[in-house]
Amino acid sequence: MNKQQRTELLRLLEEDSRLNSSQLAKLLGTTADEVEQEIQALVDEKVIVKFPALVNWERIDDNPYVTAMIDVKVTPKREVGFDEVAERICRFPEVKAVYLMSGAGYDLSVVLEGKTMREVSSFVSQKLATLDSVISTATHFILKRYKHDGIVLEERDDDRRMVVSP
Amino acid sequence: MSEQVSTRSRLSETVSAIRPSGIRRFFDLASSMEGVISLGVGEPDFVTPWRVREACISALERGYTAYTSNAGTLELRREIQHYLEERFSVSYRAEEEIIVTIGASEAIDIALRAVLDPGDEVLVVEPCYVSYEPIIRLAGGVPVFLQTSARNNFKLTPEEMERCITPRTKAIIFCYPNNPTGSTMNRQEWEKLAAVIERHDLLVLSDEIYAELTYDHLHDSFAALPRMKERTILISGFSKAFAMTGWRLGYVCAPPDLTAGMLKIHQYTMLCAPIMAQMAAVEALRRGRDDVERMVESYRQRRNYIVRSFSDIGLACHEPEGAFYAFPSIASTGLSAEEFAERLLMEEKVAVVPGDVFGQSGQGHIRCSYATSLEQLERALERIDRFLSRL
Repeated sequence: MNKQQRTELLRLLEEDSRLNSSQLAKLLGTTADEVEQEIQALVDEKVIVKFPALVNWERIDDNPYVTAMIDVKVTPKREVGFDEVAERICRFPEVKAVYLMSGAGYDLSVVLEGKTMREVSSFVSQKLATLDSVISTATHFILKRYKHDGIVLEERDDDRRMVVSP
Repeated sequence: MSEQVSTRSRLSETVSAIRPSGIRRFFDLASSMEGVISLGVGEPDFVTPWRVREACISALERGYTAYTSNAGTLELRREIQHYLEERFSVSYRAEEEIIVTIGASEAIDIALRAVLDPGDEVLVVEPCYVSYEPIIRLAGGVPVFLQTSARNNFKLTPEEMERCITPRTKAIIFCYPNNPTGSTMNRQEWEKLAAVIERHDLLVLSDEIYAELTYDHLHDSFAALPRMKERTILISGFSKAFAMTGWRLGYVCAPPDLTAGMLKIHQYTMLCAPIMAQMAAVEALRRGRDDVERMVESYRQRRNYIVRSFSDIGLACHEPEGAFYAFPSIASTGLSAEEFAERLLMEEKVAVVPGDVFGQSGQGHIRCSYATSLEQLERALERIDRFLSRL
Protein backbone atom coordinates (compact mmCIF):
# COMPACT_ATOMS: atom_id res chain seq x y z
CA MET A 1 0.00 0.00 0.00
CA ASN A 2 1.45 3.38 -0.96
CA LYS A 3 1.78 6.38 1.33
CA GLN A 4 -1.32 8.12 -0.02
CA GLN A 5 -3.49 5.02 0.37
CA ARG A 6 -2.16 4.58 3.90
CA THR A 7 -3.14 8.14 4.82
CA GLU A 8 -6.56 7.70 3.22
CA LEU A 9 -7.06 4.42 5.09
CA LEU A 10 -6.36 6.18 8.39
CA ARG A 11 -8.74 9.00 7.53
CA LEU A 12 -11.49 6.56 6.56
CA LEU A 13 -11.09 4.63 9.80
CA GLU A 14 -11.00 7.85 11.79
CA GLU A 15 -14.28 8.80 10.13
CA ASP A 16 -15.94 5.40 10.53
CA SER A 17 -14.09 2.53 12.18
CA ARG A 18 -16.96 0.15 11.35
CA LEU A 19 -15.90 0.00 7.69
CA ASN A 20 -14.82 -3.56 6.99
CA SER A 21 -11.78 -4.58 4.97
CA SER A 22 -13.85 -5.37 1.89
CA GLN A 23 -15.46 -1.91 1.89
CA LEU A 24 -12.12 -0.25 2.51
CA ALA A 25 -10.51 -2.23 -0.30
CA LYS A 26 -13.17 -1.07 -2.77
CA LEU A 27 -12.79 2.55 -1.69
CA LEU A 28 -9.01 2.49 -1.90
CA GLY A 29 -8.75 0.41 -5.06
CA THR A 30 -6.86 -2.45 -3.42
CA THR A 31 -7.54 -5.91 -1.94
CA ALA A 32 -9.11 -6.84 1.38
CA ASP A 33 -5.98 -8.80 2.33
CA GLU A 34 -3.80 -5.79 1.77
CA VAL A 35 -6.11 -3.63 3.87
CA GLU A 36 -6.03 -6.13 6.74
CA GLN A 37 -2.23 -6.35 6.61
CA GLU A 38 -1.94 -2.57 6.59
CA ILE A 39 -4.31 -2.14 9.53
CA GLN A 40 -2.34 -4.73 11.50
CA ALA A 41 0.90 -2.91 10.67
CA LEU A 42 -0.61 0.40 11.78
CA VAL A 43 -1.73 -1.18 15.06
CA ASP A 44 1.72 -2.73 15.58
CA GLU A 45 3.34 0.66 14.95
CA LYS A 46 0.92 2.21 17.47
CA VAL A 47 -0.31 4.59 14.77
CA ILE A 48 -3.79 3.18 15.39
CA VAL A 49 -4.19 3.10 19.15
CA LYS A 50 -7.85 2.13 19.48
CA PHE A 51 -11.08 1.78 17.46
CA PRO A 52 -13.57 3.71 19.61
CA ALA A 53 -17.03 5.06 18.81
CA LEU A 54 -17.69 8.74 19.39
CA VAL A 55 -20.73 8.74 21.71
CA ASN A 56 -22.88 11.78 22.31
CA TRP A 57 -23.80 10.90 25.89
CA GLU A 58 -26.04 13.91 26.16
CA ARG A 59 -28.56 12.07 24.03
CA ILE A 60 -28.84 9.37 26.70
CA ASP A 61 -31.50 10.41 29.19
CA ASP A 62 -29.83 8.95 32.25
CA ASN A 63 -26.32 9.92 31.18
CA PRO A 64 -24.35 9.46 34.38
CA TYR A 65 -21.33 11.52 33.40
CA VAL A 66 -20.09 15.03 33.92
CA THR A 67 -16.88 16.25 32.39
CA ALA A 68 -14.50 18.83 33.78
CA MET A 69 -11.37 20.48 32.47
CA ILE A 70 -8.87 21.21 35.21
CA ASP A 71 -6.01 23.70 34.97
CA VAL A 72 -3.16 22.34 37.05
CA LYS A 73 -0.09 24.32 38.09
CA VAL A 74 2.83 22.09 38.98
CA THR A 75 6.46 22.36 39.98
CA PRO A 76 8.62 20.60 37.38
CA LYS A 77 11.20 18.19 38.77
CA ARG A 78 14.89 18.12 37.94
CA GLU A 79 15.77 15.58 35.20
CA VAL A 80 12.14 14.62 34.46
CA GLY A 81 10.42 18.00 34.10
CA PHE A 82 6.64 17.67 33.93
CA ASP A 83 6.63 14.08 32.69
CA GLU A 84 6.66 12.33 36.03
CA VAL A 85 3.64 14.11 37.48
CA ALA A 86 1.80 13.97 34.15
CA GLU A 87 2.30 10.21 33.93
CA ARG A 88 1.10 9.84 37.49
CA ILE A 89 -2.08 11.81 36.73
CA CYS A 90 -2.63 9.72 33.57
CA ARG A 91 -2.88 6.53 35.62
CA PHE A 92 -6.18 7.54 37.24
CA PRO A 93 -8.98 5.91 35.21
CA GLU A 94 -11.21 8.97 35.73
CA VAL A 95 -8.70 11.05 33.79
CA LYS A 96 -9.55 11.07 30.08
CA ALA A 97 -6.81 13.35 28.78
CA VAL A 98 -3.70 15.18 29.98
CA TYR A 99 -1.93 17.91 28.01
CA LEU A 100 1.14 20.04 28.73
CA MET A 101 0.18 23.61 27.85
CA SER A 102 2.09 26.71 26.84
CA GLY A 103 1.41 30.31 27.84
CA ALA A 104 -1.77 29.51 29.72
CA GLY A 105 -0.82 30.54 33.25
CA TYR A 106 -0.92 26.88 34.22
CA ASP A 107 1.01 23.82 33.11
CA LEU A 108 -1.21 20.78 32.67
CA SER A 109 -4.72 20.62 31.30
CA VAL A 110 -6.53 17.57 32.67
CA VAL A 111 -9.85 16.31 31.30
CA LEU A 112 -11.77 14.39 33.89
CA GLU A 113 -15.01 12.42 33.86
CA GLY A 114 -17.14 11.55 36.88
CA LYS A 115 -20.69 10.50 37.68
CA THR A 116 -21.49 13.71 39.56
CA MET A 117 -19.99 17.12 40.16
CA ARG A 118 -19.37 16.06 43.74
CA GLU A 119 -17.39 13.04 42.57
CA VAL A 120 -15.23 15.21 40.31
CA SER A 121 -14.69 17.77 43.06
CA SER A 122 -13.70 15.02 45.50
CA PHE A 123 -11.20 13.59 43.02
CA VAL A 124 -9.64 17.02 42.48
CA SER A 125 -9.37 17.86 46.15
CA GLN A 126 -8.35 14.43 47.40
CA LYS A 127 -6.29 12.94 44.56
CA LEU A 128 -5.06 15.69 42.30
CA ALA A 129 -4.43 18.67 44.59
CA THR A 130 -2.63 16.48 47.08
CA LEU A 131 0.09 15.34 44.69
CA ASP A 132 3.51 16.63 45.72
CA SER A 133 4.26 18.64 42.60
CA VAL A 134 0.81 20.21 42.28
CA ILE A 135 0.70 23.86 43.32
CA SER A 136 -2.91 24.69 42.47
CA THR A 137 -5.95 23.56 40.48
CA ALA A 138 -8.86 25.36 38.82
CA THR A 139 -11.86 23.23 37.81
CA HIS A 140 -14.19 24.09 34.88
CA PHE A 141 -17.24 21.92 34.25
CA ILE A 142 -18.38 21.37 30.66
CA LEU A 143 -22.05 22.33 30.40
CA LYS A 144 -22.67 21.27 26.82
CA ARG A 145 -20.64 19.77 23.96
CA TYR A 146 -21.14 21.38 20.59
CA LYS A 147 -18.19 19.85 18.76
CA HIS A 148 -15.98 16.99 19.87
CA ASP A 149 -13.04 15.36 18.10
CA GLY A 150 -13.80 17.33 14.95
CA ILE A 151 -17.45 16.26 14.88
CA VAL A 152 -20.32 18.74 15.32
CA LEU A 153 -22.58 16.72 17.57
CA GLU A 154 -25.98 18.22 16.73
CA GLU A 155 -25.31 18.94 13.05
CA ARG A 156 -28.13 18.41 10.56
CA ASP A 157 -26.96 16.10 7.82
CA ASP A 158 -30.10 15.88 5.70
CA ASP A 159 -29.59 16.07 1.96
CA ARG A 160 -31.04 19.36 0.71
CA ARG A 161 -30.42 18.59 -2.97
CA MET A 162 -33.12 17.90 -5.53
CA VAL A 163 -33.69 14.21 -6.15
CA VAL A 164 -32.58 14.36 -9.81
CA SER A 165 -30.65 17.16 -11.50
CA PRO A 166 -28.65 17.55 -14.73
CA MET B 1 -69.45 41.72 -28.11
CA SER B 2 -67.26 38.59 -28.32
CA GLU B 3 -63.50 38.87 -27.73
CA GLN B 4 -61.20 38.15 -30.62
CA VAL B 5 -58.92 35.24 -29.67
CA SER B 6 -55.60 35.31 -31.46
CA THR B 7 -54.74 32.10 -33.25
CA ARG B 8 -51.10 33.10 -33.40
CA SER B 9 -48.81 31.28 -30.97
CA ARG B 10 -47.75 33.44 -28.07
CA LEU B 11 -44.37 31.71 -27.94
CA SER B 12 -41.65 32.13 -30.51
CA GLU B 13 -41.06 29.29 -32.94
CA THR B 14 -37.57 28.86 -31.51
CA VAL B 15 -38.81 28.36 -27.96
CA SER B 16 -41.77 26.23 -29.04
CA ALA B 17 -39.38 23.90 -30.85
CA ILE B 18 -37.27 23.27 -27.76
CA ARG B 19 -38.06 19.90 -26.23
CA PRO B 20 -38.37 19.61 -22.45
CA SER B 21 -35.38 17.96 -20.82
CA GLY B 22 -35.57 14.18 -20.49
CA ILE B 23 -34.32 14.62 -16.94
CA ARG B 24 -37.44 16.51 -16.04
CA ARG B 25 -39.68 13.44 -16.34
CA PHE B 26 -37.42 11.43 -14.05
CA PHE B 27 -37.29 14.27 -11.58
CA ASP B 28 -41.08 14.41 -11.47
CA LEU B 29 -41.35 10.62 -11.10
CA ALA B 30 -38.68 10.34 -8.40
CA SER B 31 -39.93 13.38 -6.50
CA SER B 32 -43.36 11.83 -6.16
CA MET B 33 -42.00 8.70 -4.45
CA GLU B 34 -40.95 8.06 -0.87
CA GLY B 35 -37.74 6.29 0.14
CA VAL B 36 -35.89 6.82 -3.14
CA ILE B 37 -32.11 6.47 -3.15
CA SER B 38 -30.92 8.91 -5.75
CA LEU B 39 -27.88 8.41 -7.92
CA GLY B 40 -29.36 11.04 -10.20
CA VAL B 41 -28.06 14.20 -8.60
CA GLY B 42 -25.64 16.22 -10.70
CA GLU B 43 -24.09 18.17 -7.88
CA PRO B 44 -21.72 17.60 -4.95
CA ASP B 45 -23.10 16.08 -1.76
CA PHE B 46 -20.92 18.42 0.28
CA VAL B 47 -22.11 21.69 1.70
CA THR B 48 -19.99 24.67 0.65
CA PRO B 49 -16.93 24.78 2.95
CA TRP B 50 -17.55 26.93 6.02
CA ARG B 51 -14.71 29.36 5.29
CA VAL B 52 -16.46 30.27 2.03
CA ARG B 53 -19.89 30.62 3.64
CA GLU B 54 -18.37 32.71 6.40
CA ALA B 55 -16.78 35.06 3.88
CA CYS B 56 -20.22 35.65 2.37
CA ILE B 57 -21.78 36.30 5.78
CA SER B 58 -18.96 38.70 6.60
CA ALA B 59 -19.50 40.53 3.29
CA LEU B 60 -23.17 40.98 4.13
CA GLU B 61 -22.40 42.10 7.67
CA ARG B 62 -20.04 44.73 6.30
CA GLY B 63 -22.70 46.01 3.95
CA TYR B 64 -21.42 44.73 0.61
CA THR B 65 -24.75 44.69 -1.19
CA ALA B 66 -24.16 46.91 -4.24
CA TYR B 67 -23.51 46.20 -7.93
CA THR B 68 -19.98 45.38 -9.01
CA SER B 69 -18.40 46.18 -12.35
CA ASN B 70 -20.05 44.17 -15.15
CA ALA B 71 -17.13 41.79 -15.54
CA GLY B 72 -16.96 41.14 -11.80
CA THR B 73 -14.74 42.54 -9.08
CA LEU B 74 -11.15 42.97 -10.20
CA GLU B 75 -10.10 41.24 -6.99
CA LEU B 76 -11.95 38.06 -7.98
CA ARG B 77 -10.83 38.20 -11.61
CA ARG B 78 -7.21 38.51 -10.44
CA GLU B 79 -7.68 35.50 -8.18
CA ILE B 80 -9.14 33.54 -11.12
CA GLN B 81 -6.18 34.58 -13.28
CA HIS B 82 -3.72 33.44 -10.62
CA TYR B 83 -5.64 30.19 -10.01
CA LEU B 84 -5.77 29.21 -13.70
CA GLU B 85 -2.07 29.94 -14.13
CA GLU B 86 -1.06 28.02 -11.04
CA ARG B 87 -3.35 25.01 -11.45
CA PHE B 88 -3.65 24.53 -15.21
CA SER B 89 -0.91 26.66 -16.78
CA VAL B 90 -3.45 28.81 -18.61
CA SER B 91 -2.84 32.57 -18.80
CA TYR B 92 -5.79 34.95 -19.06
CA ARG B 93 -5.50 38.62 -18.08
CA ALA B 94 -7.94 39.66 -15.37
CA GLU B 95 -8.53 43.14 -16.79
CA GLU B 96 -9.77 42.17 -20.25
CA GLU B 97 -10.00 38.40 -20.67
CA ILE B 98 -12.14 37.21 -17.76
CA ILE B 99 -15.84 37.78 -17.02
CA VAL B 100 -17.52 36.57 -13.85
CA THR B 101 -20.93 35.10 -14.72
CA ILE B 102 -24.07 33.73 -13.10
CA GLY B 103 -22.85 30.16 -13.08
CA ALA B 104 -21.09 28.40 -15.95
CA SER B 105 -24.54 28.14 -17.58
CA GLU B 106 -24.65 31.86 -18.26
CA ALA B 107 -21.08 31.67 -19.53
CA ILE B 108 -22.13 29.05 -22.11
CA ASP B 109 -25.11 31.18 -23.10
CA ILE B 110 -23.25 34.45 -23.62
CA ALA B 111 -20.37 32.68 -25.38
CA LEU B 112 -22.70 31.08 -27.93
CA ARG B 113 -24.79 34.21 -28.40
CA ALA B 114 -21.66 36.27 -28.90
CA VAL B 115 -20.21 34.12 -31.69
CA LEU B 116 -23.16 32.60 -33.57
CA ASP B 117 -25.02 34.02 -36.53
CA PRO B 118 -28.28 32.38 -37.61
CA GLY B 119 -27.56 29.05 -39.27
CA ASP B 120 -24.01 28.68 -37.94
CA GLU B 121 -23.26 25.09 -37.02
CA VAL B 122 -21.82 24.08 -33.67
CA LEU B 123 -20.26 20.66 -33.16
CA VAL B 124 -21.52 19.16 -29.92
CA VAL B 125 -19.63 16.22 -28.46
CA GLU B 126 -22.01 13.58 -27.11
CA PRO B 127 -22.90 12.40 -24.54
CA CYS B 128 -23.20 15.91 -23.15
CA TYR B 129 -24.81 18.21 -20.65
CA VAL B 130 -28.47 18.64 -21.55
CA SER B 131 -28.33 22.43 -21.95
CA TYR B 132 -25.94 22.70 -24.90
CA GLU B 133 -28.45 21.93 -27.64
CA PRO B 134 -31.22 24.30 -26.49
CA ILE B 135 -28.77 27.13 -25.79
CA ILE B 136 -27.30 26.75 -29.30
CA ARG B 137 -30.79 26.82 -30.81
CA LEU B 138 -31.78 29.86 -28.73
CA ALA B 139 -28.65 31.59 -30.07
CA GLY B 140 -29.79 30.86 -33.64
CA GLY B 141 -27.23 28.14 -34.21
CA VAL B 142 -27.57 24.59 -35.46
CA PRO B 143 -26.18 21.79 -33.28
CA VAL B 144 -24.35 18.97 -35.06
CA PHE B 145 -23.75 16.01 -32.81
CA LEU B 146 -20.45 14.16 -32.68
CA GLN B 147 -20.54 10.59 -31.43
CA THR B 148 -18.22 8.94 -28.93
CA SER B 149 -18.46 5.47 -27.45
CA ALA B 150 -17.47 3.33 -24.50
CA ARG B 151 -15.03 1.49 -26.82
CA ASN B 152 -12.60 4.38 -26.47
CA ASN B 153 -13.82 5.70 -23.11
CA PHE B 154 -16.06 8.34 -24.71
CA LYS B 155 -13.13 10.36 -26.00
CA LEU B 156 -13.59 12.52 -29.07
CA THR B 157 -11.53 11.48 -32.09
CA PRO B 158 -10.26 13.71 -34.92
CA GLU B 159 -11.88 11.35 -37.46
CA GLU B 160 -15.32 11.95 -35.97
CA MET B 161 -14.70 15.69 -36.03
CA GLU B 162 -13.64 15.64 -39.68
CA ARG B 163 -16.74 13.62 -40.57
CA CYS B 164 -19.08 16.32 -39.28
CA ILE B 165 -17.37 19.57 -40.29
CA THR B 166 -19.08 21.56 -43.06
CA PRO B 167 -18.50 25.06 -44.48
CA ARG B 168 -21.10 26.32 -41.94
CA THR B 169 -19.25 24.93 -38.92
CA LYS B 170 -18.24 27.83 -36.67
CA ALA B 171 -17.44 26.27 -33.33
CA ILE B 172 -17.19 23.13 -31.26
CA ILE B 173 -18.34 22.69 -27.66
CA PHE B 174 -17.16 19.95 -25.35
CA CYS B 175 -16.91 19.24 -21.65
CA TYR B 176 -13.98 17.30 -20.19
CA PRO B 177 -13.96 15.93 -17.52
CA ASN B 178 -17.30 14.94 -18.89
CA ASN B 179 -20.82 14.96 -17.58
CA PRO B 180 -22.25 12.26 -17.88
CA THR B 181 -19.40 9.82 -18.64
CA GLY B 182 -16.60 10.99 -16.32
CA SER B 183 -14.15 10.74 -19.23
CA THR B 184 -11.16 13.04 -19.53
CA MET B 185 -8.77 14.00 -22.32
CA ASN B 186 -5.01 14.17 -22.04
CA ARG B 187 -2.59 16.48 -23.82
CA GLN B 188 -1.71 14.02 -26.60
CA GLU B 189 -5.39 13.46 -27.37
CA TRP B 190 -6.03 17.22 -27.36
CA GLU B 191 -3.16 17.83 -29.76
CA LYS B 192 -4.70 15.56 -32.40
CA LEU B 193 -7.96 17.49 -32.17
CA ALA B 194 -6.19 20.85 -32.13
CA ALA B 195 -4.71 20.15 -35.55
CA VAL B 196 -8.20 19.64 -37.02
CA ILE B 197 -9.59 22.66 -35.18
CA GLU B 198 -6.79 24.85 -36.50
CA ARG B 199 -7.09 23.54 -40.05
CA HIS B 200 -10.80 24.41 -40.14
CA ASP B 201 -10.40 27.64 -38.18
CA LEU B 202 -12.98 26.72 -35.53
CA LEU B 203 -13.74 28.42 -32.26
CA VAL B 204 -13.67 26.18 -29.21
CA LEU B 205 -15.99 26.36 -26.21
CA SER B 206 -14.25 24.30 -23.57
CA ASP B 207 -16.50 23.62 -20.60
CA GLU B 208 -14.05 22.82 -17.79
CA ILE B 209 -16.43 23.01 -14.86
CA TYR B 210 -15.17 19.65 -13.53
CA ALA B 211 -11.48 20.50 -14.00
CA GLU B 212 -10.65 20.10 -10.31
CA LEU B 213 -12.32 16.70 -10.12
CA THR B 214 -9.79 14.38 -11.74
CA TYR B 215 -8.53 11.28 -9.95
CA ASP B 216 -5.64 9.77 -11.87
CA HIS B 217 -3.87 12.78 -13.37
CA LEU B 218 -4.10 16.57 -13.36
CA HIS B 219 -6.61 18.11 -15.74
CA ASP B 220 -5.19 19.19 -19.11
CA SER B 221 -6.88 22.39 -20.20
CA PHE B 222 -7.45 22.72 -23.93
CA ALA B 223 -6.57 26.41 -23.66
CA ALA B 224 -3.07 25.50 -22.45
CA LEU B 225 -2.13 23.99 -25.83
CA PRO B 226 0.13 26.06 -28.10
CA ARG B 227 -1.83 28.54 -30.28
CA MET B 228 -5.18 27.33 -28.89
CA LYS B 229 -5.81 30.08 -26.36
CA GLU B 230 -6.59 32.62 -29.09
CA ARG B 231 -9.45 30.43 -30.43
CA THR B 232 -10.71 29.08 -27.09
CA ILE B 233 -13.48 30.27 -24.81
CA LEU B 234 -12.81 28.60 -21.47
CA ILE B 235 -15.86 28.11 -19.27
CA SER B 236 -15.65 27.18 -15.63
CA GLY B 237 -17.03 28.05 -12.23
CA PHE B 238 -17.22 27.30 -8.55
CA SER B 239 -20.16 24.88 -8.45
CA LYS B 240 -18.39 21.54 -8.64
CA ALA B 241 -14.89 22.19 -7.29
CA PHE B 242 -16.00 24.19 -4.27
CA ALA B 243 -19.49 22.68 -3.82
CA MET B 244 -21.12 26.04 -4.61
CA THR B 245 -23.92 25.02 -6.99
CA GLY B 246 -26.57 27.21 -5.39
CA TRP B 247 -24.36 30.30 -5.42
CA ARG B 248 -24.60 30.58 -9.22
CA LEU B 249 -21.10 31.76 -9.88
CA GLY B 250 -18.99 30.95 -12.90
CA TYR B 251 -16.57 32.62 -15.23
CA VAL B 252 -15.63 32.75 -18.87
CA CYS B 253 -12.15 33.44 -20.22
CA ALA B 254 -11.36 34.34 -23.81
CA PRO B 255 -9.27 36.67 -25.98
CA PRO B 256 -10.26 40.35 -25.57
CA ASP B 257 -12.35 40.65 -28.77
CA LEU B 258 -14.54 37.75 -27.64
CA THR B 259 -14.87 38.89 -24.02
CA ALA B 260 -15.84 42.36 -25.27
CA GLY B 261 -18.67 40.76 -27.26
CA MET B 262 -19.77 38.57 -24.38
CA LEU B 263 -19.64 41.49 -21.99
CA LYS B 264 -22.19 43.36 -24.12
CA ILE B 265 -24.72 40.57 -23.59
CA HIS B 266 -23.82 40.08 -19.94
CA GLN B 267 -24.10 43.77 -19.04
CA TYR B 268 -27.52 44.16 -20.64
CA THR B 269 -28.99 40.95 -19.25
CA MET B 270 -27.35 40.02 -15.95
CA LEU B 271 -25.46 43.23 -15.25
CA CYS B 272 -23.15 41.49 -12.79
CA ALA B 273 -22.87 38.50 -10.47
CA PRO B 274 -23.90 39.00 -6.82
CA ILE B 275 -21.20 40.82 -4.89
CA MET B 276 -21.35 38.68 -1.76
CA ALA B 277 -20.95 35.50 -3.82
CA GLN B 278 -17.96 37.06 -5.57
CA MET B 279 -16.36 37.89 -2.23
CA ALA B 280 -16.94 34.34 -1.02
CA ALA B 281 -15.34 33.02 -4.21
CA VAL B 282 -12.20 35.06 -3.50
CA GLU B 283 -11.93 33.24 -0.18
CA ALA B 284 -12.51 29.90 -1.93
CA LEU B 285 -9.65 30.53 -4.35
CA ARG B 286 -7.27 31.93 -1.73
CA ARG B 287 -7.77 29.45 1.04
CA GLY B 288 -10.00 26.64 -0.20
CA ARG B 289 -7.32 24.30 -1.57
CA ASP B 290 -7.45 21.88 1.37
CA ASP B 291 -11.24 21.72 1.20
CA VAL B 292 -11.10 20.85 -2.50
CA GLU B 293 -8.46 18.17 -1.92
CA ARG B 294 -10.52 16.50 0.79
CA MET B 295 -13.60 16.46 -1.42
CA VAL B 296 -11.62 15.09 -4.37
CA GLU B 297 -10.17 12.35 -2.16
CA SER B 298 -13.65 11.34 -1.12
CA TYR B 299 -14.95 11.34 -4.73
CA ARG B 300 -12.01 9.21 -5.84
CA GLN B 301 -12.72 6.64 -3.13
CA ARG B 302 -16.37 6.48 -4.09
CA ARG B 303 -15.44 6.28 -7.78
CA ASN B 304 -13.29 3.25 -6.96
CA TYR B 305 -16.14 1.78 -4.94
CA ILE B 306 -18.91 2.18 -7.53
CA VAL B 307 -16.82 0.95 -10.48
CA ARG B 308 -15.70 -2.16 -8.55
CA SER B 309 -19.26 -2.75 -7.38
CA PHE B 310 -20.67 -2.54 -10.91
CA SER B 311 -18.08 -5.04 -12.00
CA ASP B 312 -19.08 -7.31 -9.09
CA ILE B 313 -22.73 -7.32 -10.17
CA GLY B 314 -21.91 -7.80 -13.85
CA LEU B 315 -22.42 -4.31 -15.31
CA ALA B 316 -19.64 -3.21 -17.64
CA CYS B 317 -18.37 0.23 -16.67
CA HIS B 318 -15.33 2.07 -18.01
CA GLU B 319 -13.28 3.74 -15.30
CA PRO B 320 -14.29 7.40 -15.12
CA GLU B 321 -11.21 9.56 -14.60
CA GLY B 322 -13.06 12.69 -13.56
CA ALA B 323 -16.31 14.42 -12.51
CA PHE B 324 -18.50 12.34 -10.17
CA TYR B 325 -20.41 10.10 -12.53
CA ALA B 326 -20.16 6.48 -13.53
CA PHE B 327 -21.71 5.56 -16.87
CA PRO B 328 -22.18 1.80 -16.91
CA SER B 329 -23.54 -0.08 -19.90
CA ILE B 330 -26.88 -1.76 -19.40
CA ALA B 331 -26.93 -3.18 -22.95
CA SER B 332 -26.54 -6.72 -21.58
CA THR B 333 -29.99 -6.49 -19.96
CA GLY B 334 -31.76 -6.07 -23.29
CA LEU B 335 -33.62 -3.03 -21.95
CA SER B 336 -33.35 0.48 -23.30
CA ALA B 337 -31.78 2.99 -20.94
CA GLU B 338 -35.14 4.62 -20.34
CA GLU B 339 -36.89 1.31 -19.61
CA PHE B 340 -34.08 0.29 -17.29
CA ALA B 341 -34.13 3.57 -15.38
CA GLU B 342 -37.91 3.66 -15.11
CA ARG B 343 -38.22 0.06 -13.94
CA LEU B 344 -35.35 0.45 -11.50
CA LEU B 345 -37.08 3.48 -10.02
CA MET B 346 -40.50 1.83 -9.82
CA GLU B 347 -39.37 -1.59 -8.63
CA GLU B 348 -36.38 -0.78 -6.42
CA LYS B 349 -36.67 2.96 -5.76
CA VAL B 350 -33.26 3.82 -7.12
CA ALA B 351 -33.07 6.91 -9.31
CA VAL B 352 -30.51 6.94 -12.12
CA VAL B 353 -30.58 8.98 -15.32
CA PRO B 354 -30.99 7.22 -18.69
CA GLY B 355 -27.91 7.82 -20.81
CA ASP B 356 -29.79 8.83 -23.96
CA VAL B 357 -31.00 11.97 -22.17
CA PHE B 358 -27.44 13.15 -22.86
CA GLY B 359 -27.60 12.29 -26.55
CA GLN B 360 -27.51 9.35 -28.91
CA SER B 361 -24.05 8.28 -27.72
CA GLY B 362 -25.52 7.65 -24.29
CA GLN B 363 -27.89 4.94 -25.48
CA GLY B 364 -27.49 1.68 -23.60
CA HIS B 365 -25.99 3.43 -20.57
CA ILE B 366 -27.19 4.96 -17.33
CA ARG B 367 -25.63 7.86 -15.47
CA CYS B 368 -25.01 7.18 -11.80
CA SER B 369 -23.74 10.01 -9.65
CA TYR B 370 -21.49 8.83 -6.85
CA ALA B 371 -21.75 12.19 -5.09
CA THR B 372 -23.59 10.53 -2.26
CA SER B 373 -22.69 8.78 0.97
CA LEU B 374 -21.06 5.36 1.02
CA GLU B 375 -24.05 4.01 2.90
CA GLN B 376 -26.42 5.22 0.15
CA LEU B 377 -24.13 3.82 -2.54
CA GLU B 378 -24.06 0.43 -0.85
CA ARG B 379 -27.83 0.30 -0.55
CA ALA B 380 -28.31 1.47 -4.13
CA LEU B 381 -25.91 -1.20 -5.45
CA GLU B 382 -27.71 -3.91 -3.45
CA ARG B 383 -31.00 -2.84 -4.99
CA ILE B 384 -29.56 -2.65 -8.52
CA ASP B 385 -28.12 -6.14 -8.04
CA ARG B 386 -31.52 -7.41 -6.90
CA PHE B 387 -33.16 -5.75 -9.90
CA LEU B 388 -30.68 -7.30 -12.33
CA SER B 389 -31.18 -10.75 -10.87
CA ARG B 390 -34.90 -10.53 -11.70
CA LEU B 391 -34.38 -9.60 -15.36
